Amino acid sequence: MTFEGWDFCRIDDELSEEERMARDTTRRFVDDRFKPLITEHFRKGTFPMQLVPEIAELGVFGATIKGYDCAGMNNVAYGLVLQELERGDSGLRSFASVQSSLVMYPIWRYGTEAQKQHWLPLMARGKKIGCFGLTEADFGSDPGGMRTRATLDGDHWVLNGSKMWITNGSIADVAVVWAKTGDSQDSIKGFLVEKGTPGFTASNIEGKFSLRASVTSELAFDGCRLKKDAVLPESHGLGAPLSCLNQARYGISWGVIGAAADCYETARAYALERVQFGSPIAGFQLVQEKLVTMLTEISKAQLLCLRLGRLKDQDKLRPPQVSMAKRNNVSWALEIARLAREVLGANGIADEYPVIRHMLNLESVYTYEGTHDIHTLIVGRDITGLDAFHAGA
Amino acid sequence: MKYLVTVKSVEDPEIKIKIKPDGTSIETDQVKYVVNPFDEIAVEEALRLRDAAGGGEVVAVTIGRKDAQQQLRTALAMGADRGVHVVCDQPLDPTLVSEALAKVVEGEKPDLVLMGKQAVDDDQGQVGAMLAERLGWGQASFVSKETSLESEDEKAKKPGVSIAGTTLQVVREVDGGMESVTVTLPAILTTDLRLNVPRYASLPGIMKAKKKEVKELKLADVVADPTPKVKILKLEPPAQRKAGIKVADVPTLVTKLKTEAKVL
Ligand SMILES: Cc1cc2nc3c(=O)[nH]c(=O)nc-3n(C[C@H](O)[C@H](O)[C@H](O)COP(=O)(O)OP(=O)(O)OC[C@H]3O[C@@H](n4cnc5c(N)ncnc54)[C@H](O)[C@@H]3O)c2cc1C
Repeated sequence: MTFEGWDFCRIDDELSEEERMARDTTRRFVDDRFKPLITEHFRKGTFPMQLVPEIAELGVFGATIKGYDCAGMNNVAYGLVLQELERGDSGLRSFASVQSSLVMYPIWRYGTEAQKQHWLPLMARGKKIGCFGLTEADFGSDPGGMRTRATLDGDHWVLNGSKMWITNGSIADVAVVWAKTGDSQDSIKGFLVEKGTPGFTASNIEGKFSLRASVTSELAFDGCRLKKDAVLPESHGLGAPLSCLNQARYGISWGVIGAAADCYETARAYALERVQFGSPIAGFQLVQEKLVTMLTEISKAQLLCLRLGRLKDQDKLRPPQVSMAKRNNVSWALEIARLAREVLGANGIADEYPVIRHMLNLESVYTYEGTHDIHTLIVGRDITGLDAFHAGA
Repeated sequence: MKYLVTVKSVEDPEIKIKIKPDGTSIETDQVKYVVNPFDEIAVEEALRLRDAAGGGEVVAVTIGRKDAQQQLRTALAMGADRGVHVVCDQPLDPTLVSEALAKVVEGEKPDLVLMGKQAVDDDQGQVGAMLAERLGWGQASFVSKETSLESEDEKAKKPGVSIAGTTLQVVREVDGGMESVTVTLPAILTTDLRLNVPRYASLPGIMKAKKKEVKELKLADVVADPTPKVKILKLEPPAQRKAGIKVADVPTLVTKLKTEAKVL
């Protein structure tokens, strides 16, 4: 009897009924509703916006928040939901990650009660879409150097600067924008900037070969005047946006398992069907070695995520642990996608199969939310006490 | 109104089933279970009827293994109000299941029982009719609706059947057409594929379902003699289909259809 599926180590047994149900319902949604659409959207470079009400009805947005019309699930269940979304496409998972971890989370964590009451239920229901503006053209891995500035002018904040590579930037109803209110990075604060505010424009970045089914934009602020209550008052310094990234990175670590699993399942099925030199290519040792490596690394990635999820639910998770998972799981997912692409031969480059799409997407995932190498430096600093971020350090 | 819906836990139709060496049962080790798809349609219809009426209670019942509770919870996560679980880990047949359900109906006293027209595991399709017979109730089988699954009514999640007083009005799928019938309540209704598109269990629904009541019963509480009347003698997989062939062009295809397949 051959082993079907990809839960080789019976991780399922470690999950609660609620966690399994969350995963299964998302899996069905993605299979029935999302998968039939993705190839066309990836080709056109668009996100299937028509699905947003359905994703909201499923309860994905802000799923770990308690109250405010959110589901209030634990972090393992949420991780499994993201895994299933990314089995569909990294663009779908990115949409959910940005909305939940990068927009709803900072409002919930750093906002006033009035801001929470206003935004969170609307965002949970998908009535309002958000984006997160931290990166600038000249400041990616080193966001503390940002130039975007917010200055107080009487009853208003005046925002000047620009943000680059912002997921959902042009389709968002509200942007969480990080800006300095003084010279140091300790002066960084978050601001809620609504679409249509004079002085705020968003334009799309074209020509992407990766994460095509996801909108990526540039935001520009030119004397953009915001009411005083647009600030997230509890956000003080660079730690605030980094805490959001930490939430999102946790989700990415789970998400990429889905992309990897889709590649593995496609490659395994293909290898069993494809006959060369008189036998299925799955019967060749070199191909088996690839499949075994894929499944082994998927299993390890799952175990790592599950453990971190349990720690997170006990409030014991440390950011460097998340860095380890993001670094390991994304780079293995990318490697698995490449191996799967090899197994599929020429078919591996055609969008009739999901593999090349995942492979291209994962190149973005490798870079955003802290590049692979930046996470190496974070874990490196954690285990040596020595900071290797600065040249000559 | 009180609605009783049946929820059978069945092997996921997507997976490959393997027969155990004993030849009379299937390998369950790697098997994933789901709600019988026809039962999901029954749950959906009950929820729509309840919500359209602005009140009422939907009770979901399952008979099966301890872990079939996850499928019962799925019905609760979709929106059913509470559950009844007849816990048993033994072979069942339609006679036993209908006897157990009749007992549950006796206790719950629903106005309408909604169930899938069949379960996709053994495809017996007998329980609805047997239950109607045991209770002496009217039954509408293969219930469908006139409007399509792409219609505005479906998008608005309107019920496909209607109830006026104690009369249930339904449209049934019959060979080559539709038949409209009325049935007097209390009644049994078995659902066909085109009645509705069931909703997904939502994440908030899953959280709420954790707190909903599930009453557990033993098989001995609801049947007199748990020995099945039907015994499985042998299970066999369908014969392996031969691989297809690729033809170069349409003329070759037509020739082959004429000379080899002899269908033209
Ligand atoms: C599709 C997509 C969507 C995105 N969405 C968002 C979004 O919604 N919001 C947002 O704010 N940002 C977003 N980003 C931006 C993303 O977070 C940045 O691209 C990322 O942080 C890297 O910054 P950079 O591209 O400027 O690269 P750089 O920082 O210029 O890095 C270039 C290379 O130098 C290396 N490097 C940099 N510093 C060091 C060092 N100290 N030691 C060793 N190596 C180093 C990096 O590892 C990398 O290999 C998105 C990016 C992409 C591609």
